Amino acid sequence: MVSTTVDLNSKIPNNVGLSDDVKLKRALESWLPSYLEWWNDMGPSDFADKPVFLRTAVSVDSDGWAHYEHVKMPDYRWGIFLNPREGESTIRCGDEVGKPAWHEVPGEHRNALRRIIVTQADTEPASVEQQRLLGHTAPSLYDMRNLFQVNVEEGRHLWAMVYLLHKYFGRDGRDEAEELLQRRSGDPDKPRILGAFNQPCDHWLSFFAFTMFTDRDGKYQLAALSHSGFDPLSRTTEFMLTEEAHHLFVGETGMDRIIKRSAELEKLDPDGDIRRAGGIDFDLIQRTINYWFTYSLDLFGGEISSNAADFFATGLKGRYREDRYEEHKAMGATYRLPVVENGHLGERDVPLRNAMNEVLRDSYVTDCERALRKWNRTLEESGSPTRLTLPSRRFHRHQGIYADHCFDPQGNLLDRSRFEANQRNWLLTPADNEYLLSIMKPVYEPGKFANWIAPPNKGIEGRPVEFEYVRLND
Amino acid sequence: MDSAPQQQPPVEFETDPSRYRHWQVSFDGPIARLKMAVDPAGGLRPGYELKLNSYDLGVDIELADVVRRLRFEHPEVRVVVLSSGTDNVFCAGANIHMLGMSTHAWKVNFCKFTNETRCEMEDATAFSDQIYIAAANGTCAGGGYELALACKEIYLQDDGNSAVSLPEVPLLGVLPGTGGLTRLVDKRKVRRDRADVFSTTAEGMRGKRAKDWNLVDGVFARSKFEQEVMKRAQAIAAAPIKLLPGERRGVTLGPITPELAAHARLYRHVELSWDREARTAQILVRGPSAADVAVVTAGDEAIHAAGDQLWALRAFRELDDALLQLRTNHLDIGLVLLRTEGDPAQVLAHDAALAASREHWFVNEVLRHMARVLRRLDLTSRSFFALGDVVGNGMPAFAGCLLELALAADRFYLLDEPAVQVGLSALNEGALPMSHGLSRLAARLYGEPDKFEALVGQRGLMDAEAADDAGLVTVRLDGIDWADDTRMAIEERSSLSPDALTGMEANLRFVGHENETSKIFARLTAWQNWIFIRPNATGPEGALSLYGKPQRPHFDWNRV
Repeated sequence: MVSTTVDLNSKIPNNVGLSDDVKLKRALESWLPSYLEWWNDMGPSDFADKPVFLRTAVSVDSDGWAHYEHVKMPDYRWGIFLNPREGESTIRCGDEVGKPAWHEVPGEHRNALRRIIVTQADTEPASVEQQRLLGHTAPSLYDMRNLFQVNVEEGRHLWAMVYLLHKYFGRDGRDEAEELLQRRSGDPDKPRILGAFNQPCDHWLSFFAFTMFTDRDGKYQLAALSHSGFDPLSRTTEFMLTEEAHHLFVGETGMDRIIKRSAELEKLDPDGDIRRAGGIDFDLIQRTINYWFTYSLDLFGGEISSNAADFFATGLKGRYREDRYEEHKAMGATYRLPVVENGHLGERDVPLRNAMNEVLRDSYVTDCERALRKWNRTLEESGSPTRLTLPSRRFHRHQGIYADHCFDPQGNLLDRSRFEANQRNWLLTPADNEYLLSIMKPVYEPGKFANWIAPPNKGIEGRPVEFEYVRLND
Repeated sequence: MDSAPQQQPPVEFETDPSRYRHWQVSFDGPIARLKMAVDPAGGLRPGYELKLNSYDLGVDIELADVVRRLRFEHPEVRVVVLSSGTDNVFCAGANIHMLGMSTHAWKVNFCKFTNETRCEMEDATAFSDQIYIAAANGTCAGGGYELALACKEIYLQDDGNSAVSLPEVPLLGVLPGTGGLTRLVDKRKVRRDRADVFSTTAEGMRGKRAKDWNLVDGVFARSKFEQEVMKRAQAIAAAPIKLLPGERRGVTLGPITPELAAHARLYRHVELSWDREARTAQILVRGPSAADVAVVTAGDEAIHAAGDQLWALRAFRELDDALLQLRTNHLDIGLVLLRTEGDPAQVLAHDAALAASREHWFVNEVLRHMARVLRRLDLTSRSFFALGDVVGNGMPAFAGCLLELALAADRFYLLDEPAVQVGLSALNEGALPMSHGLSRLAARLYGEPDKFEALVGQRGLMDAEAADDAGLVTVRLDGIDWADDTRMAIEERSSLSPDALTGMEANLRFVGHENETSKIFARLTAWQNWIFIRPNATGPEGALSLYGKPQRPHFDWNRV
């Protein structure tokens, strides 16, 4: 254990009055060394001494939340920010809608809030762990920088959640914060809580798919929590959303650039054989979409859920853009859900509150469909006849009411043997991963890109694409 | 919905391994593996899914069968490792949706049966050298932790997530009613202030703290869990102990398939019949024949060879089934008349021979089984009148182990006629204890220790007058009074409030001190049953009623 005494307030940019909060300061002081130890063990491997052109949030002002400079990652200043509020916050949904929001954890909701925060918090370090080796195969310095930006911000999101645990949950919160650094993605002994965060993410196609699909779950969870009646959670997650947008940008444009490049290679090769041209063929891209989209769907939880109903009823978690709904109690209404009954697909009406996970999943699926349309436009513009699709949300599920049944990507019920016979056509296979690893050689020269991906349209923060986003020779 | 369980076909309690839907049993020498893998679609009643290894009565009927068969059919087993066949979930406890939609009576019967099953596990650990260890390879919540608590040792997977918990109070507004609270403080000796914290912390406790608070006996990392648990199982299996003698050849429990009549279930040695109009039932038990007695007097090997056809085993299995039938499928029967038929001298001869062989493992199992069935009788919430009169051509046979029926009953009417005789055997003196440890004879004569002392060691038969003088008889009637007096007593009893009678009988039957088991069936169960009918649990806005529904519960904050 490293022992450090630091001037926390200059080290940790914040707008939570850290310097005056003795209790919080003490908690963070004892947590910080463990965090740094975790970052050194489980954060990006080998690039600790390289300056990276990173965005750091130093305040919540419009010019302060995105401060760019070259920083070595261990020196990154992980801060704690709450979105400012004007006027009195209120509870936004459920039975108590309109009443003043909570500024402390109400004892009645301690367990539910703790569960919500710990589950969200656990995903943040998990993705850093999953991506720790990717720097070694980065297709460009631009992409490497984006990877590291995502990593440090996921680290900051862990800070944001740990702040809530330290500040509002007493000793139990401190214990949970410590546990967050003990669990490890994919570790057989101490796995991360949610399935998708234990899946290997060992090449860049998975990285882009992960930031596209899995981080997008994060966006919707954070958006739902930004309508929480627990004011500190609401304000923290609102600020996290501003950073999360970049992660989604990395994923969505990364996939788009691969698709664009594959379409180019398809034309370049006389037989249209993308692999022979060293690229990633569309079937493999489709299998990747199928794999990560469906694992990410699981993260929303059960289709019929008493927890979801409780969280909404108590005002702890709203819907996506709850403020755009006219009615915030959602009592008496129902949600029509496709269900498997007696071996057939039918429909069932469930109380809307119990279907809140599915309501959030709907918003997410709509967003993913938008991205797919964009990628297909890229294909169209490139003159490729291929079109990519999102699989049915029933396909390849490990949680919820569809998990015990087999479906094809169109959502038709199948028997298990037919599913297994077709699995390699639908989902990533070990051979796919081998192929991807074989073509993923690092490209560290500024402005150059790996053969399998197109350059971006523009650089970061007005810098050109050729900019030295990571100074590897310093 | 509320009366759904009663409109369904009657529940049958007999099962066998070929019919299990929820449990997997495997054997490796002295170690048995018992895996809970509940079939979500296998609920006993429609309307709920048994998700996350949650259980209903059907799951527990199979568990009770497993526990019983392990004792009789697998005497080579020393350790039973109880784990889950479902990844990351050990057992989520009783199915809440099932409880939410059940009638009060169904809930009470369900809890009673599950409690009895858990006591059977402890009984097997204590008296059959079959030690249960819980290998909680995942979350162990509510009834799931209570199931683990019934094991002698509990091990929890340490994966940063798996916890043991009793979330009933904070989440459902009811108690952990399967012995959880009692075993926490009485059996595991968890400090009561910590038990208070634990029982109100919905998420429970995991890892080191669970161990420090003695909620579990050990925690092992996930990758080593199986290996460490099996190491512990092997150590227990290898520990030298003095086993009861007798060839450790299992005795298969064949079906007891009764013949079903319109108003009766006819077994080989037992008859259950009922009169819905009069709200009474009768259980008639026939004593051992001369041939049955010949088997037991021939000694250990002959008894072992008789297997499940042995009178003492067969008759009490039948009696057990009859009691369970009454409890679950005949809710409107308030009074049960207990009659016996046979030769009381043969019963005494039988008992003497069985007692002489009691060191043989199989005889030990037979006696323990008889004791459990009699405890089931003690704990049955029906009025019991034992009637010692002439049945057809036969004489009543209230002697020895069958006298226990009269001593378990709330009243014992005995016909005063020279041919009617009762008698004591060695089995009346502690071999068949009640759940709080007293013999029924000691409980009956709790306030008259002199009479009790006078009876201890007394063998042979006595007539009605002597039995009355000895304090064994409630009402002695001659042939002239018998018919009218018993008719009036039966009718009067049948007219009283069933709730008041249940409470009264449960109080009067268990005189003397309490122990852990009796506290579970008295204190814990009584409070639970009260909570079950309170609006805060089962009213339209109660926590149990609304669990999983979109509405939130509302409590009446007044303490009662």
